[in-house]
Amino acid sequence: MAWQLLRRCLIFLISTAVASFLIFWIIDSDCGPARSALGIGGTEESVQALCTQMGLKRPLIVQYWEWITHAATGDFGVSYISRRAIGPQIFDQLSVTLWLVLGAIVVALVVALPLGMASALRHGKVSGNILAAISQIGIAIPAFVAALLLVLVFAVRLRWLPANGYVVPASDPAEFLRHMILPWLSLGLVQGAVLARYVRSAVLDELGQDYLRTARAKGLTPLQALRRHGLRNASIPVLTVIGVQLVTVLVGAVIIERIFTIPGIGKGLADAAQGQDLLTVQGMVLTLVVAALMISFLVDVLYNVIDPRLRQGAGR
Amino acid sequence: MSAPATRTPPKPKRRPLSPLVIFGLVVVLFIVLMALVSFFWTPFTPIYTDLKNRSVGPFTGGHWLGTDRTGRDIATRLMLGARTTLYVGIVAVGIAAIIGTPLGILAGMVRPGASEFIMRTNDILLAFPALLIALILAAKYGGSITTAMIAIGVASIPGFIRVIRSGTLQVMSTDYVKAARVAGRRGPAIAVRHVLPNVAGLVIVQASSAYAIAILAEAALSFLGLGAPPSVSSWGRMLYEGQSTMTTDPLVSVWPGVAIALAVLGFNLLGDGLRDRYDPRMAGSR
Repeated sequence: MAWQLLRRCLIFLISTAVASFLIFWIIDSDCGPARSALGIGGTEESVQALCTQMGLKRPLIVQYWEWITHAATGDFGVSYISRRAIGPQIFDQLSVTLWLVLGAIVVALVVALPLGMASALRHGKVSGNILAAISQIGIAIPAFVAALLLVLVFAVRLRWLPANGYVVPASDPAEFLRHMILPWLSLGLVQGAVLARYVRSAVLDELGQDYLRTARAKGLTPLQALRRHGLRNASIPVLTVIGVQLVTVLVGAVIIERIFTIPGIGKGLADAAQGQDLLTVQGMVLTLVVAALMISFLVDVLYNVIDPRLRQGAGR
Repeated sequence: MSAPATRTPPKPKRRPLSPLVIFGLVVVLFIVLMALVSFFWTPFTPIYTDLKNRSVGPFTGGHWLGTDRTGRDIATRLMLGARTTLYVGIVAVGIAAIIGTPLGILAGMVRPGASEFIMRTNDILLAFPALLIALILAAKYGGSITTAMIAIGVASIPGFIRVIRSGTLQVMSTDYVKAARVAGRRGPAIAVRHVLPNVAGLVIVQASSAYAIAILAEAALSFLGLGAPPSVSSWGRMLYEGQSTMTTDPLVSVWPGVAIALAVLGFNLLGDGLRDRYDPRMAGSR
């Protein structure tokens, strides 16, 4: 168990190092920051001069080390476009995005668990097929199309919910919820449809196991048998998918936040990319990629907690 | 000559295509047809603005699907958008297949240690979704269709490597590859003569799934204003432009939304069907 954990930690650290170097290299090579700081009006000489002044001519590895050690303490430098420190900006935005992502995953789970389990328990019956078809359609609808349709129905036609905007939860919790319902649904419903398919096949696998048949023979209903003996095993493949989906939702937030004008890291990133604010893009992409790597690390650790069989494989 | 029955086992009967796969095929063919037709004919010229019929609904003034805020014909723009979508998809998936397939075969043929190294690097690249790569490239070089295609292509490489590697591992454990080894055939020759033909089906399957993802990514990038420029029709861009008239003329954004969803559904269903045919091992495991 300890060895497994150490191995996973090592993989996480190496992945982070490689990924961050790639991000740094793409942005900083060829005097990138100097070039975009001067804009299209900058002559080649002035770019080169600023490049030297900004220290971009030093060996890449030296620059990278300086950047990553500062980034580790939350210091991503100062944007040369907005003249604001990037670090604090990212932290503010990240907390907003966190609400969005967590809510979306909750929606996905609330949709997927009953839908997937019901369609597995009713496997082979018409109602089971209908449930499976619903999730198939849900998969094809991208989050931003879902978002526009939801806005159309609930904000434009019915006028039940606001079409965009964000309210800080501490100032007015009720309004915060009202503003977040549509973003949560846009991201969560689609992921829920995807997840339901995996829940369905995981539960179907379990229902075919001998120990579940034994439990049924003891007189338990299919649902009871599943709850006592099957769910723990079924949760393992589902957990992997949730890990992947957390990352998908995190990236999907870029578009959803743009649509609903939510001041999260996704909107910040899209705006910065459009404004060619390279240092901000660099910091934000690093934050998102590290978050993604951290999620897959945590999912791997959780495996070991849930599945005792994996803990014995210490010597592998 | 011995009896052929002992030499060649009877060919397994091919299952008929499921209705869902046929539906996917029809959708894909329809989109391809629309894109091809748009080269010769569109209901209106793409830049024609019908000032008398601005923001009108379907079947008004000869506009099958109505017009947008500036009076441009939506059906025409959808057809041209199909062209953009297919073009971006072909180039992006092409990049991914051309780079990913040889690397996948390589990862399946080298020593386990080297293979592990390639796969670990691959896992790191998998952590970069297309959208993030595109955002970095767009920030540095400016958003354009080219940036979008490269970003989507690069982001799809790890998927190819993973699938092709697992296919290669299977082929490498077969008797005919062992026989070829014993006969003295070298790695590159085995890769070309034995592995490539056997994983070709997998490449097609993966390409179909990657295509669906590429369509989504292109639409998302254009929607963010980082893909197709205003002069090029793109479904994502139409969706973005339609957002401003959401309250007055919602249909303008519904059409491209439906087009994107249908295209993704079509390629996904086609990919599932192809997977059942070419890769029985993975059938139904998704």
